[in-house]
Amino acid sequence: MQTSYSLPQQDVSYIKDILDDNSLTFAEKAVSIKNVEKATKKSMAGDIVIVNVDLAMVQDSTGPLAIRSLNEMGISKLPDPSRVLLVIDHTFPAADEKVANLHALMRDFVSKHNCMFVEGSISHQYILEYLAAPGMMILGADSHTCQAGCVSAFATGIGSTEIAAVWAAGQLWLRVPETIKIKLSGMFNRGVFARDLILDYIGKVGEDGANYEALEWGFSTNDVRNQFSMDSRACISNASMECGAKISVFPTDEITAKYLDENPRINNPENIKIRPGSSANYKDELEIDCKKVEPKVAGPDHIDKVHSVDEVGNVEIDQAFIGSSTNGRIEDLETVARILKGRKVHKNTRCIVTPASVRVYEEAIRRGFVEIYLDSGAIFTNATCGACVGTHLGALGENEICISSSSRNFVGRMGALSSKIFLASPATVTASAIEGKITDPRRFLRV
Amino acid sequence: MSSSSDNETVGRMRIAQGKTWVFGDDINTDIIIPFRFKSRTNDPYEMAKYAMYGFDPDFHKKISNGDILVAGRNFGGGSSREQAPVALKYAGISAVVAEGFARIFYRNAFTIGLPALEIPEIRNRLNEGDELKVDIATFTVENLRTKETFRAKKVPEFMKTMLVEGGLVEYYKKYKQFPWTRR
Repeated sequence: MQTSYSLPQQDVSYIKDILDDNSLTFAEKAVSIKNVEKATKKSMAGDIVIVNVDLAMVQDSTGPLAIRSLNEMGISKLPDPSRVLLVIDHTFPAADEKVANLHALMRDFVSKHNCMFVEGSISHQYILEYLAAPGMMILGADSHTCQAGCVSAFATGIGSTEIAAVWAAGQLWLRVPETIKIKLSGMFNRGVFARDLILDYIGKVGEDGANYEALEWGFSTNDVRNQFSMDSRACISNASMECGAKISVFPTDEITAKYLDENPRINNPENIKIRPGSSANYKDELEIDCKKVEPKVAGPDHIDKVHSVDEVGNVEIDQAFIGSSTNGRIEDLETVARILKGRKVHKNTRCIVTPASVRVYEEAIRRGFVEIYLDSGAIFTNATCGACVGTHLGALGENEICISSSSRNFVGRMGALSSKIFLASPATVTASAIEGKITDPRRFLRV
Repeated sequence: MSSSSDNETVGRMRIAQGKTWVFGDDINTDIIIPFRFKSRTNDPYEMAKYAMYGFDPDFHKKISNGDILVAGRNFGGGSSREQAPVALKYAGISAVVAEGFARIFYRNAFTIGLPALEIPEIRNRLNEGDELKVDIATFTVENLRTKETFRAKKVPEFMKTMLVEGGLVEYYKKYKQFPWTRR
């Protein structure tokens, strides 16, 4: 792979000044160092600036349109294909002829332009495992691109044609977001996870509660910090899209460094750390006590309809789905295995487990999770977005009810318009699969 | 579905005019066009057959060319799918006026040349079916029944220019550069 992120020497001291600046938020620092006119001034919240983009990604439901727009603009050459990533993940492997033809269009484009190409891992998880790094400017034609904020990247979703423009020009305009700073304190009780925390937050602020804004996460103590592994940070950064956040970032710390050390980047990014300044200006600052968070269920139809499991009452389910870029990582699959071990999926329920990437898939096999799933009657699929978007491997029929660890519960997202989706943590989804109805996971996690 | 020609939908546009369809808050992109349809075609007229499918699978047949969608908060939330504004535009919708837009939908609407105007009070000041006239140059909306005019939230000038030209692709074809880099 080409390396493409080394900086001109004259920029190095400017970047150091920005990173050391006490008056800037994470977002202001991250944009300032990518601003094409960086020598003239800092980028502050509300500014509209043009930035250099380090990585511009599409997936199989947005890539064909990007290719179409690029062709219509008459652009036949990409100046830097090493910053261009095409991923086939949403309907992988192709579920039908129409999808197969669009996949073929993407493969042809990749072979013509020699850009990066991945199939069979969800884009956001692949980017986390191999590419994203602190300070990288990552744009993707997929709303959950913001997941890479978990490793201190400035990462956000845009549309297909704008990605085509980035492929052509290497740059794009963006507005520097205002920032909401959230300090996490307290320790989770048993059976409560990062997904419960972010669902709880979205329930309080609403589906547009952070629209256009940056969420910047921090911790009250080292103990609190250490309970937020990279997998749980990825869940929070990813799910922050559901309240409209432009980015959702974890400033660089020991956990970031350890993750990057254990999971080497294949693109040789800059080795920088981004942390917000101590006197930066915030739109809002708040604290969330993890100890007070309970297992949550969101839905149906809207993500900000958030309840405790008790409040949902007796809801029988047809399907339980654990997967997607929001909650299909190895820690999620480990939780599923812990709960399913020695138990059976309810006879009226289908339980589908889908890893987020090939790496997660291999790890689940290696650690014996897959045997546990199969013994319990669950289904283990290849890595794909399939069920979450209702395209294959777990679509819902008329009036069916699903509890899911996936990203969204919108009307008809997983299939029939009359079907209903409830969102919850992998633990709550698995407990529900065993009981055949929405179930509090805490009694299944006694140790 | 509308029988509008490419010239009408894609050409230079300064005024949009049509009768209104009124929706509530949080109309997300899965409602505007479900994934399983948008992910199986690259043809905008095919996408148009699923415009607002999550609200009414036959909605595209009920639209008259030029009709305007009016909505509450957070129109277009969820997915980044550019197919959402594309489906509306090619189904004959000439503009969307809402109390608020989700970030990516808003960008995409300008990118593909579908006027998107944010007017916080709009839903309280019209009846469904009222005819609206949208002026892109001034970014104002007139209710032709009540004669009341509303000023939409401002956007950078290059975004308006992009709209007038019919979107980013049309703009680039004409100027051979991107609107945000033009000085």
